[in-house]
Amino acid sequence: MKANSFKWRMSLLALIMLCIRPSIALDEPADGSAQFNSENQKVSKQQAETVLDPFADALSRLLIGSMKDREQAIEHLSVTGHPRSLPILEALLDGRLYALRDKKTAVVATESGQDYRIADASTEADLGLVERSELSKVNITNSLRTKLRKKISILQLQSDDASVRLFAVNAMVKTADAKTLELLKEYESTETDEDVLSSMRLIFALNDLQNSDKSVRLNAMDTLKEYNSLEAYNRLSVLIEKDNAGNFIEADNEVRKKAQAALKKIDARLQFYNSVETVFFGLSLGAVLVLAAIGLAITFGVMGVINMAHGELMMLGAYTTYVMQQIMPNHIGLSVILAIPAAFMISALVGVAIERGIIRFLYGRPLETLLATFGISLFLQQTVRSIFSPLNRSVTTPEWMSGSWQINDFLSLTWNRFYIVLFCLLVFAALLQILKKTRLGLEVRAVAQNRNMAKAMGIPTAQVDAMTFGLGSGIAGVAGVALSQITNVGPNLGQSYIVDSFMVVVFGGVGNLWGTLVAGFSLGIANKMLEPHAGAVLAKILVLVFIILFIQKRPRGLFPQKGRAAEA
Amino acid sequence: MKKLSKNLKLLSIAAVASFFSVTAPTASAEETIKVGVLHSLSGTMAISETTLKDTMLMLIEEQNKKGGLLGKKLEPVVVDPASNWPLFAEKARELLTKDKVAAIFGCWTSVSRKSVLPVVEELNGLLFYPVQYEGEESSKNVFYTGAAPNQQAIPAVDYLMNDFGAERWVLAGTDYVYPRTTNKILEAYLKSKGVDEKDIMINYTPFGHSDWQSIVSDIKKFGSAGKKTAVVSTINGDANIPFYKELGNQGISAEDIPVVAFSVGEEELSGIDTKPLVGHLAAWNYFMSVDTTKNAAFIKQWHEFIKNPKRVTNDPMEAHYIGFNMWVKAVEKAGTIDPDAVQKAIIGVEAPNLTGGISKMLPNHHITKPVLIGEIQDNGQFLTVWQTNKLVPGDAWSDFLPESKPIIADWTPPILCGNFNTETKKCSGQNY
Repeated sequence: MKANSFKWRMSLLALIMLCIRPSIALDEPADGSAQFNSENQKVSKQQAETVLDPFADALSRLLIGSMKDREQAIEHLSVTGHPRSLPILEALLDGRLYALRDKKTAVVATESGQDYRIADASTEADLGLVERSELSKVNITNSLRTKLRKKISILQLQSDDASVRLFAVNAMVKTADAKTLELLKEYESTETDEDVLSSMRLIFALNDLQNSDKSVRLNAMDTLKEYNSLEAYNRLSVLIEKDNAGNFIEADNEVRKKAQAALKKIDARLQFYNSVETVFFGLSLGAVLVLAAIGLAITFGVMGVINMAHGELMMLGAYTTYVMQQIMPNHIGLSVILAIPAAFMISALVGVAIERGIIRFLYGRPLETLLATFGISLFLQQTVRSIFSPLNRSVTTPEWMSGSWQINDFLSLTWNRFYIVLFCLLVFAALLQILKKTRLGLEVRAVAQNRNMAKAMGIPTAQVDAMTFGLGSGIAGVAGVALSQITNVGPNLGQSYIVDSFMVVVFGGVGNLWGTLVAGFSLGIANKMLEPHAGAVLAKILVLVFIILFIQKRPRGLFPQKGRAAEA
Repeated sequence: MKKLSKNLKLLSIAAVASFFSVTAPTASAEETIKVGVLHSLSGTMAISETTLKDTMLMLIEEQNKKGGLLGKKLEPVVVDPASNWPLFAEKARELLTKDKVAAIFGCWTSVSRKSVLPVVEELNGLLFYPVQYEGEESSKNVFYTGAAPNQQAIPAVDYLMNDFGAERWVLAGTDYVYPRTTNKILEAYLKSKGVDEKDIMINYTPFGHSDWQSIVSDIKKFGSAGKKTAVVSTINGDANIPFYKELGNQGISAEDIPVVAFSVGEEELSGIDTKPLVGHLAAWNYFMSVDTTKNAAFIKQWHEFIKNPKRVTNDPMEAHYIGFNMWVKAVEKAGTIDPDAVQKAIIGVEAPNLTGGISKMLPNHHITKPVLIGEIQDNGQFLTVWQTNKLVPGDAWSDFLPESKPIIADWTPPILCGNFNTETKKCSGQNY
């Protein structure tokens, strides 16, 4: 009997090792089975010693058991009341819980460059840096994750931090069963925070909807109609639905009427938040368009150079972000911020080189400029393919840029988009200041308005051309940093934006920065308003058709340049 | 996995293509049997297809170590169609007429297969196609070793319906033939299972789509209507990463709304930030993480051949492994490389797959395969959460589309047809 169970455990362990961590299992020599054997003996001994301590027992079961064992272990861990239970379960959910190679010690690991910094899961003792191969991850499946989340919410209710409690209660809204309700009722009496109490009342009201007493139900609806909660909206919607035969599922007329009224009230708010969301999506798409186009607004708009390599200059900016992250893998957030000036410098230098090396010989010959810069774009693409491989590179998003700002159940704004809108406005403001307040800006405007006159006044036009092109290219590089956060960093990154950029510049009016800004944002919003109705493909086509028609009517775009310079 | 080219600049690359076409050291045709390898080594598809070229070279090398075939050495003829669909047809013609190859192993996208198809039919060649595809095709000269929709899409939906309990469905795909056909089949299948029209949301996006905000927000709203919701994704290539990222950012986790993908495999996951993907699903016929001795040996062999222990294996590689071994067995059985004899001999041939079963070539030129559903782990590997207990025979013509329901493919006498209507008892002669 004993031998049997031993054998069973051994095969189970071997199976899990092989199933779950194939890469490690493969690294192992052929005599791996012998290793399992001795390891397993140790583990079973360990288990025998610690079986008296439910916390340690559950923890060790978490490490070596099957998924079923893991489920039980989670269950046990959550009721031990051990102060480390919650952090361990949270680490498990976030994928930070590992086992050391010996399968005895559970550790919480955080990535630190190439290596992992580990701390003992039960004692929090720092165990120093180890290589990835020393650790084996405790895997979980989706169904376990769901259960874990529930358990964690319940444990979090005891937290001293009101925001943690609020988070926990909010997580229960959808899944609250009779047991959690009882628990919540208990906590309600001691709860002092108004927000947490409000969320609890929402759960109670949702539950009351199912009550057999009609007045309780009606009261619940009165409460629910004040909440911005999708769950409330769904549960109320069910009350006014009809079944297949066309009869109302809810028999009581009064309840139906009241539900209808409550829904109407919630719906009005829902519509409002939806339109806010659409505008935000539009703004964020517009911000990307503006960022991509604004460098072009300078090189194409001010200088008149059709630069087909503009997209590739953005790509260089994105790759700069990647390189910066490789240089300092421990400071992801900082590296993204430092990548902004670095990308500006690199793209600007490449831009100046392109201008001095090729474009300056081609001024006044737009067709040749177009072909030459197209060639440059191919050259730049192939260069990064050779250096970085044709595969996309992974750029990590800093913590503060991931996730979303949950305003309420109806509206949440993703941080990365939010920052990009801000960043776009900052870049725009900076560029305006450069053109308005600096000597370079003055010279750029002078040359753009009348080259010969500027020359006669002693402005070194050739030098100004190079600087202008460098400025436009540098801005493209900065745009690349932003793009690296929302799209793939690969050799083809630039191509996807070049057409859009020209579109925005032409639509806004060549040579006008404000025009570019307005055009970018309005195209973004128009696109996002159309998308839900027409689909992504058709929305893009419709916007394009609109621009073509618009250009027919107003060939100089939204804000045409005025004065003599425009006629020249 | 049928990616279309979005790369306008391929033309210039194509010009260089001939430079890459490696013809192995010349030996007279009497001494060797030539095997054509038709995979893009440049252009957009190079990322995926180069691996398959290397797989073929490895398999051929191994067969030669075992003494070759029919007492002769095998000789790979590698050409580069440069992700350029018309060039696929040209190169196939070159392989069959100039190099006189015994069989061609190649293609990835559906459109490249469709462009090679008339050539192999005209010149009576053999093509082994290793990628999962939309079905609705069976040619006398093509052997489909990748999954048909009933070997990938349908079981994935079954899993979500039975094990996850999904009641609402989002079918999201890139806008071209494979997702459109697959989604058509899935929509018909879901309706046959009693799913209501309003519980299915279908969404197409352009290639390389990167602004997923409103679509993900729609999915979120669609999924919060109180019923369990799952997303079936035929989104292709590059567009996947921003999609999963947006899902993560908008707070949609794999437990709330799982996404099952048909185009995300180990190769696509290697070297990217997998954090937003963890827990989402993929359906394949093979995972690198499958624990069998055959698979372990294959991975070891692959690492030795490619001299990089970090390279991953994937589903189309396994398809080539099965396809190549079936071809070898069929040639041995027929005793000749003559295409007609091999076509006859290969039906019913069995070869081991890497997941522990024995795959068999069926009369409709598709093979039997197991179906596996895996959850993505943060190391870019899959944790198998479900698998069919039997091998699933590939169905060329979907039973869930009314127009292809009565149609079967059978390349054995007396039917000998790729498009045989069982109601009218007629062969249309149109194989695709």
